[in-house]
Amino acid sequence: MHEMSLLESIIEVVEDEHRKQPFGRVRMIRVKLGALAMVEPDSLRFCFAIIAGGSVAEGARLEIDTVSGAGWCEDCCTHVTLTARYGPCPGCGGARLRMTAGNELQLTEIEVE
Amino acid sequence: MCATCGCGAGNHDHPHAIVGAGLSAVHSPRWSQARIVRIERDILAKNDTLAAANRLRLRAADVFALNFVSSPGSGKTSLLVRTITDVHSRRPIAVIEGDQQTSLDADRIRAAGAPAVQLNTGNGCHLDAQMVAESIDDLSLIPGSLLFIENVGNLVCPAAFDLGEAHKVVVLSVTEGEDKPLKYPNMFAAADLMLLNKTDLLPHLEFDMQACVAAARRVNPNIDILPVSARTGLGLGAFYEWIESRRLSCASSMHVRQRTDGYNALAIE
Repeated sequence: MHEMSLLESIIEVVEDEHRKQPFGRVRMIRVKLGALAMVEPDSLRFCFAIIAGGSVAEGARLEIDTVSGAGWCEDCCTHVTLTARYGPCPGCGGARLRMTAGNELQLTEIEVE
Repeated sequence: MCATCGCGAGNHDHPHAIVGAGLSAVHSPRWSQARIVRIERDILAKNDTLAAANRLRLRAADVFALNFVSSPGSGKTSLLVRTITDVHSRRPIAVIEGDQQTSLDADRIRAAGAPAVQLNTGNGCHLDAQMVAESIDDLSLIPGSLLFIENVGNLVCPAAFDLGEAHKVVVLSVTEGEDKPLKYPNMFAAADLMLLNKTDLLPHLEFDMQACVAAARRVNPNIDILPVSARTGLGLGAFYEWIESRRLSCASSMHVRQRTDGYNALAIE
């Protein structure tokens, strides 16, 4: 969806970090991305070089760790795998389903010189 | 000669990182001083922080803010114009208009008698909390007033960006089809109220109202739903009542808390 602005936020966080503890080139940026976080990994990769250009992260590579969707159903008291964000429990059809994973959108680490 | 890579010293044609210091320093093309810096930060954290600041500021000023989201052409601006015509004299309204281009919508709002700031996002597909913070600076907010933020027409991206509003209101026109909440669930899950607009057209459409309500409740069991028509005014009374009751419960959830460090901090619960 709004992959460009997310990338801009990622680069901003890296630049903030660079001000706090000076380092040289950024080699790699690793993000944790939930499978149901409404973000397309391919779009992130596609736009990354453009957004990183001219910043401290120019030339870095983007590593994306995908987190599968999961939930806890309060009706059948089971951990279930989720392939969609909303809707009934895939196990029992109950409505009291709480998403426990798959919504991640986090910058986890960077590799710097 | 380089002790690590074996090439002639002073005649390198590849970069060497200097590892270590003083006499023990070596340089190596394969071994650089790369290190991992752990960050662990939510990518939207900055927007969320700014949105929280907006929320605090609006509540301190006793301004009740609603973020209107929808696809393009659902009738958001017509709805706001009608609401301003009906309500503005007793409950002042200010508007932040978000569009990719033009000031057409802000012009319509001003013509209806309310102050408006037009935000053009250019290539952006949504408003963010920073843009709204700057717009609030440009509006002189009256205590007890309403702030309507009309987001960019888009059922996807604005769902993820908190602006500091009290509630998101999703506007769905009956010409768009009853399955929209299932196709774009995030927006309907993020909203507290769904306005079903253009209901004056229902006699000409095969729109299944019950199916639409069921679809919205499936993704958001707690969503309020009101059928309205911005053109005829049908159902808008209930919408104005919804605003008043939510404004009151929002204001009563705010109190001043005495902090131990001597500051009076405005707390929101």
